[in-house]
Formats: sequence, structure tokens, C-alpha cells
Amino acid sequence: MTTGDLAPELRQHDVALVDLLDRVLAGGVVIAGEITLSIADVDLVRISLRALIASVSTLAADGVGRVTGEGAAP
Amino acid sequence: MTYTWLYAVAPAGPDASPWQVLPEGVADEHPGTVEAADLLAVVGPVPDADFDTDALQRHLGDPQWLERAVRAHHRVVSATVGRALPVRFGTVYRDEDRVRALLTAHADEIRTALAGIADRTEWGVKAYLDRARSDGETDGAGEAGDGPGRPSDDRPGTAYLLRRRTARDRAERALADAAGQARQVHLALSDLADRSTEHPPQPAEATGVRDPMLLNGAYLVHRAREAEFARAVAGLRERHGPALRVELTGPWPPYSFAGLPTGGDAG
Repeated sequence: MTTGDLAPELRQHDVALVDLLDRVLAGGVVIAGEITLSIADVDLVRISLRALIASVSTLAADGVGRVTGEGAAP
Repeated sequence: MTYTWLYAVAPAGPDASPWQVLPEGVADEHPGTVEAADLLAVVGPVPDADFDTDALQRHLGDPQWLERAVRAHHRVVSATVGRALPVRFGTVYRDEDRVRALLTAHADEIRTALAGIADRTEWGVKAYLDRARSDGETDGAGEAGDGPGRPSDDRPGTAYLLRRRTARDRAERALADAAGQARQVHLALSDLADRSTEHPPQPAEATGVRDPMLLNGAYLVHRAREAEFARAVAGLRERHGPALRVELTGPWPPYSFAGLPTGGDAG
């Protein structure tokens, strides 16, 4: 409901990294690739946290904090 | 030299590629399709130096690289949503011929898995105990320090400890109640879904939300039932709020439901 009325491209951009990591790193069909990232060997939570913390600091550095989008009713 | 990154697998249709334009992939490459055994693999050429086993494993430790690549993988997979099976992040082949061989070798399992996700999308529902709303009473009184010093108390120490214990008991009860409600939410939504599963609760450091997450569910829902599912989420949010905060995300490609029927070669 909260995301349903957004344009698809907005929704795309809006996806929380933490939800994405749950799915992209741990989900998807496992097919034996010739080169396969063995995430199972690594602590998934720690990887996720590092990525998340980095993404937060990237946002802060870019000053993207202004992209609120909320409350700006036409 | 390049390797071949695998994004998703779909049934082959009358068109060479059912997707007009695919977004740029994990190496900023333009993904395309490879066909074999009436199946279509969405693939992209990636530089071998950056995507061999060692390099990939190294990149995992680089959060910026990882976020960029994960988002790119997701963008391409999302472009195929509704008919394709997402492939686990980090599945790479030496060349496209190997991908064709793979499609041929696993055609039956892939087709079975595809049938299970056709016309369905994944929805995420997370539920938190909303601490601020679950015990709106004066919970912090004991911690504020005004308790022990009250002159009218005969035994201020005992009264303080009792207050603390009451507050703690109440917090534990609120958590247990909310956990029970989260179970009900999961069961109710599972009934409307073709399949459901749960991811581990996301830690507070990852979400930035201090309230404990009690449900991190994923639901595979047929298109025909999407509206009903959304209404059910709204109803459950109403019924279990404000103590239980329910959040809906999606639609997602069916990442959480993309297993092959035979577990033989998984891993």
C-alpha cells in the first residue's frame, strides 16, 4: 500500500537496501555456476551491515538527505 | 575476456527477447538473452578480472561495490518480473555456451520452478513491536530518578524496585503479546499466499529501527489475489495496531521462492 501508488521507477529507487540484501544475497535460484560467490561461507549479516553502513555514509556525503519527497503535496 | 553473469531464467516465447530494453547490469554492461531448450536466460558479459572467484569474494568485502552490484542485479531481475526465475546473486559462467548447456541440462527442474512463480509476485511484510505505542503509560518514571528520593515513601528502595519490576514485566508482556500477534499476521497472510516463508528478523543496526522486529515474512501472491492481499494487510495493521507496526514492501521478483524442485545440485 505504501509503495503501490508510486511510479515504478520511484519505487525502484526507493527499495531499502536491507530488504534487498535479504532477497538478492540469500534468495534466487541456486544453480551451480562455474564461478559462484560462496556467500554461505561468509557471515551474511556482517556483509549486510557493512553495506548498509556504507550506504548511509554515502548518502550523507552526497547530501542526498534533501530528497524527502514527503509532505510536498501539490 | 569476459565471463557471463546470470540474472534470471524465463520460458522462451515467440519473441527473441520479450524485454525491449534491459537496464544496465552489475558491470554496467548491457544484458541480453541466451536461448536453449525453450528457455531464455538473461545474461550479461562481465570482465573476467573483476568477476573470477577471488575477485568476487574480495568485492563482497567492499560495501560500496556490493550495494551497487546488488542494486544493478535487482534492476535487471525486476525488468523480467512476472515470468522469470531470479538467479542467486553471484552466479557466473565462462561463456554463453555454458549457459546454454546449463539450460538444457536442468530444463525440467527450471520449467517446474517457473510454473510455480508464473503470474505471481513476492510481497514482504515486516512487523515490529512499537514500543512507544505499546506501553504509553509512565514507563520511564523509575529511570527518571524521582522515585527513590520521594520523602513520603516509607521504604523508597523497595517501592523503586517494585516499580522497576512492574515496568519490566509489562514490557515483557507487551513483547510476548506482539510476538503472538505477529504469528497471527503471518498465518493469515500465508493463507492468502501460494507460498510463504520467513527471513531472519533484521537487526536494529541494519534497519535503524530500535523496536524489535517480530516478523520478516515473504509471500508469493498470485496476481488475481493481490488486491485481496493488500486489503488483508491493511486489516491486520488496523486490528493489531498500534502496538504492532506492520509494514508492506513489494511487489518483489520472487527471490524467496525460486528454488529448484530437486535439491540435488543445490550448493
